[in-house]
Amino acid sequence: MSVITVERKVLAKNDVIANENRSAFKRNKNFVINLLSSPGSGKTSLVEKTIEVCKNKLKIAVIEGDVQTDLDAQRIDKLGVPVAQIVTNGGCHLEANLVKDALNSLNTNDVDFLVIENVGNLVCPAGYDLGEDFKVVVLSVTEGDDKPLKYPAMFRNASVLVINKIDLLPYLKCSIDELKKNALSINPSLKIFETSCTTGKGVDSWCSWIQSNLQSK
Amino acid sequence: MHELGIAQNIIEIVQDQTKNYSNRKIKNVFVKVGKLTNVLNDSLVFGYDALIMGTNLEGSKLSIETVPAKIRCESCGSESVIDGLTFCCDQCKSTSVKLVNGMELTVFEIEIEDLSEVT
Repeated sequence: MSVITVERKVLAKNDVIANENRSAFKRNKNFVINLLSSPGSGKTSLVEKTIEVCKNKLKIAVIEGDVQTDLDAQRIDKLGVPVAQIVTNGGCHLEANLVKDALNSLNTNDVDFLVIENVGNLVCPAGYDLGEDFKVVVLSVTEGDDKPLKYPAMFRNASVLVINKIDLLPYLKCSIDELKKNALSINPSLKIFETSCTTGKGVDSWCSWIQSNLQSK
Repeated sequence: MHELGIAQNIIEIVQDQTKNYSNRKIKNVFVKVGKLTNVLNDSLVFGYDALIMGTNLEGSKLSIETVPAKIRCESCGSESVIDGLTFCCDQCKSTSVKLVNGMELTVFEIEIEDLSEVT
């Protein structure tokens, strides 16, 4: 038997394309987030609310990733923001080449802030670099305060946590302090925002964070 | 289900690395999978076995070495293996830690038949 020593990263192909995306974003001075969460935590609602608050201050574009339908792209399109929909047809996460293809149909030359909304899934998308500046994970309080412990890779790889649907806290057993404690035990450097896309609470400080990042671009 | 895509990437790496040995059978492919990669070993082997049918890798075996998650404390310097739940130093309980192992996803060795075995 002969042995060939290889030492090749399995996802190297994805990383190469992610770096190409990153260079393109840098050239265009796009601040880019990869928005991650389980299905139904309010990613698209957060994007809508962000557009509502920031639309007059910065140029926004959105890439929507879904297993099926362009329902999310329709929601963003109604707000007059450029949007590209990726339909993965069963694929459980976005990969860098899908984002690269989507960029061909989206002019990001004059875009300040690009949101890549990933497929709703707290597992697989954590492992794929798309070329973004930050991974932002959204967790709604209806999902329970133990989720950071159950999906550690997602919360470890993210830089920012948005705790959403906080208007529903009076009706739930979820403890926001416990949720934050659990998240910070996985990733002590997580930056945390608390939002409600229904009442608008907390959205301003989330939008200020986006703007402070644009200035450093 | 993302294991299927990962298996496909492994197969492409093996095919690329063995293209100069096209007359020899590929017997074993060794990969390292970190504990925090969210990859299920059984699903990865299942995907690999399904995808190699009809290719030059047919009959080869995917062998997986699971790499435990290990952290290095930035305060006291000691290293601890963690269960994936708490990123906290075993010795001084500091949470200022760096992940040193656990995110590996690497093809590290390929075993092919010797020239003398080629029929």
